[in-house]
Amino acid sequence: MDFDLSEEQRLLKDSVDGLLNDSYDFDSRKKYRAEKGGWSKAVWGKLAEQGLLGLPFSEDDGGFGAGAVETMIVMEALGKALLLEPYLATVVISGGFLRRGGSAEQKAAHIPGIIDGSKTFAFAQLEKNSRYDLQDVATTAKKKGDGWVIDGEKFVVLNGENADSFIVTARTRGGQRDAAGIGVFLVPANAKGIAKKGYPTQDGLHAADVTFTGVEVGASAAIGDPENGLALIERVVDDARIALCAEAVGAMDESLKTTVEYLKTRTQFGVPIGSFQTLQHRAADMFVAVEQARSMSLFATMASDFDDAKERATAVAAAKVQIGKSAKFVGQQAIQLHGGIGMTQEAKIGHYFKRLTMIENTFGDTDYHLRRVTEGGGLV
Amino acid sequence: MDLSFSKEEVAFRDEVREFFKNNVPPETRKKLVEGRHLSKDEMVAWWRILNKKGWGVSHWPKEYGGTGWTSVQHYIFNEELQMHPAPAPLAFGVSMVGPVIYTFGNEKQKQQYLPRIANVDDWWCQGFSEPGSGSDLASLKTKAERKGDKYIINGQKTWTTLAQHADMIFCLCRTDPGAKKQMGISFIVFSMKSKGVTVRPIETIDGGHEVNEVFFDDVEVPVENLIGEENKGWDYAKFLLGNERTGIARVGVSKERLRRIRDLASKVEAGGKPVIEDQKFREKLAEVEIELKALELTQLRVVADENKHGKGKPNPASSVLKIKGSEIQQTTTELLMEVIGPFAAPYDEHGDEGSNESMDWTAQIAPSYFNNRKVSIYGGSNEIQRNIITKAVLGL
Repeated sequence: MDFDLSEEQRLLKDSVDGLLNDSYDFDSRKKYRAEKGGWSKAVWGKLAEQGLLGLPFSEDDGGFGAGAVETMIVMEALGKALLLEPYLATVVISGGFLRRGGSAEQKAAHIPGIIDGSKTFAFAQLEKNSRYDLQDVATTAKKKGDGWVIDGEKFVVLNGENADSFIVTARTRGGQRDAAGIGVFLVPANAKGIAKKGYPTQDGLHAADVTFTGVEVGASAAIGDPENGLALIERVVDDARIALCAEAVGAMDESLKTTVEYLKTRTQFGVPIGSFQTLQHRAADMFVAVEQARSMSLFATMASDFDDAKERATAVAAAKVQIGKSAKFVGQQAIQLHGGIGMTQEAKIGHYFKRLTMIENTFGDTDYHLRRVTEGGGLV
Repeated sequence: MDLSFSKEEVAFRDEVREFFKNNVPPETRKKLVEGRHLSKDEMVAWWRILNKKGWGVSHWPKEYGGTGWTSVQHYIFNEELQMHPAPAPLAFGVSMVGPVIYTFGNEKQKQQYLPRIANVDDWWCQGFSEPGSGSDLASLKTKAERKGDKYIINGQKTWTTLAQHADMIFCLCRTDPGAKKQMGISFIVFSMKSKGVTVRPIETIDGGHEVNEVFFDDVEVPVENLIGEENKGWDYAKFLLGNERTGIARVGVSKERLRRIRDLASKVEAGGKPVIEDQKFREKLAEVEIELKALELTQLRVVADENKHGKGKPNPASSVLKIKGSEIQQTTTELLMEVIGPFAAPYDEHGDEGSNESMDWTAQIAPSYFNNRKVSIYGGSNEIQRNIITKAVLGL
């Protein structure tokens, strides 16, 4: 029983915090947003330089063989900084598919590009009617010769506009909601038949709706078993949820800190508004919500190594419920305590609120995960 | 970072669990499961079993009969005790006055009181709150006037838990009326059998009798019953209140109650199927389970921190424990009410003494719900806890 970071983990935390302190204040972030693609290639390069893009990959694949705790440390820091760069899409999710399901050839072909920062990826999963259901897949991958032909529409694909490659979920057989018959395919973004419509998202990131029309890929495009990819998808999406929990904790931490700072400095009626008990108690409740979320983010991080897939899924779902609730509460209270200034784009706090709001709705919202916890038989 | 118990800790947990299984009187356990009050004899009998095993005052220093366990072991012990469930050691003696005596008392007081606390030869109660001094405890008015080698005590205490059983009281009294609020208070212990002590029961909304008013009318107490220095009582009170930080979350109690909810909800039917199969009910239950899991982890963070770094500065997360712990306890009693629905209504007017068999399974559910409203009020109300977070953590 030990919640302290190891010496290496502490060094990692110091290094990522240091990097972002130096290069990611709120004004710099505005400049990065204005760059082509909506994020900074220079920052991405620095993340690569410090080894952060290679963190979860095995040493054989050129990475550092780090575990879930290290990813948690990085994601918390990214949450504090409101990072725009596609770490989740590229390193956590696409990297996750490669490392957990990829063949030796696929790893050799793609992981080095992620680690050195030269390539980014996007996960094309969401469909018009799938909502949060990972096995609801209408996009098809039909066998043609040795290879596959992919047809379908994917929505709100994070980093979809800029990615060099897509990881696409597609049905190789069966009905739209069948658990069996789902494959995972690696598709170069410049493949013939891909049409993208990019846009910024509410929280300042970038996404795209992507249409695949008769997109032909070779046999080597399939990651894992193209007939039975659901377990892999669930595994990697759990990785993403765990990472999002940590990101949210970072963003909540910073929201609380920013809000308390504001309560100390803003004066009305001749005194700092933080001297009013109604406001103090709201801030105290925010603290409680953040601590409960932090605990569940730790729980989810530990669950990443659970052997039993069902137990892992239930634990991650439970964490996502707590994070969703805490994030909503902390975000809303932060705006309220800031008053009018909290409503402006100029103030940092609103941007945290927006990111926290979007996290709640990524890979399952609170109600969705609450249902999953009941289906998993509860927690006690 | 490692969330699992070590092999030794798991072995310890099994040992503790096994001991409770074999030694807690079944009737005592049953009453607790059903939310009934225990008689004085039942409680004392169990505590003496515990003390005989050497676990009665587990967190005391070894020289006074403690175990020398780590923070994690204490956590495991409390958790298993609450989940079994078995009555926790009498807090007023074991967790409150005991540590004050072995920390601030003189040698004679240690020898006189500590072994009797451990074996519950004396039942202790707490004389802190007064009618005019609740959250603002330092405004207390009970007076102890020095006359020769005696204090003459006059005043009134209230919310005195189980004073009807008590042999001894530890009492905050004003010894210097001229001094400012927190100054001028002394920590004095005396017999409840002293002349001039009157105990009057307060009946609470659940129909139970846990708390009392205690009146002091010219009670004569030998000066040697002062603990520590005169007028330093407030420091000892703060020490006492700060001592029990992690037990307050009562995670094990809530876990045990969640098991009972699941159990009852599988038996009670609504619309031709067990309540547990109702999706809305299941989601409510899951919500509490998630909150409780988060609280358990928060508590473990505090415990692991103490285990590794000692009990120096309190972990900021510890202030969360009281607020969330009490809210969850209250929600679990609410869910029990929901499970039994209309059968919550019958009131067993014989209370704990002779129970009405036909109401056996439901009679205590509503009273327990009513009774548990206290947990967000006592021990520093949840609003006071928020004040603490505001000052100590947020620096506002």
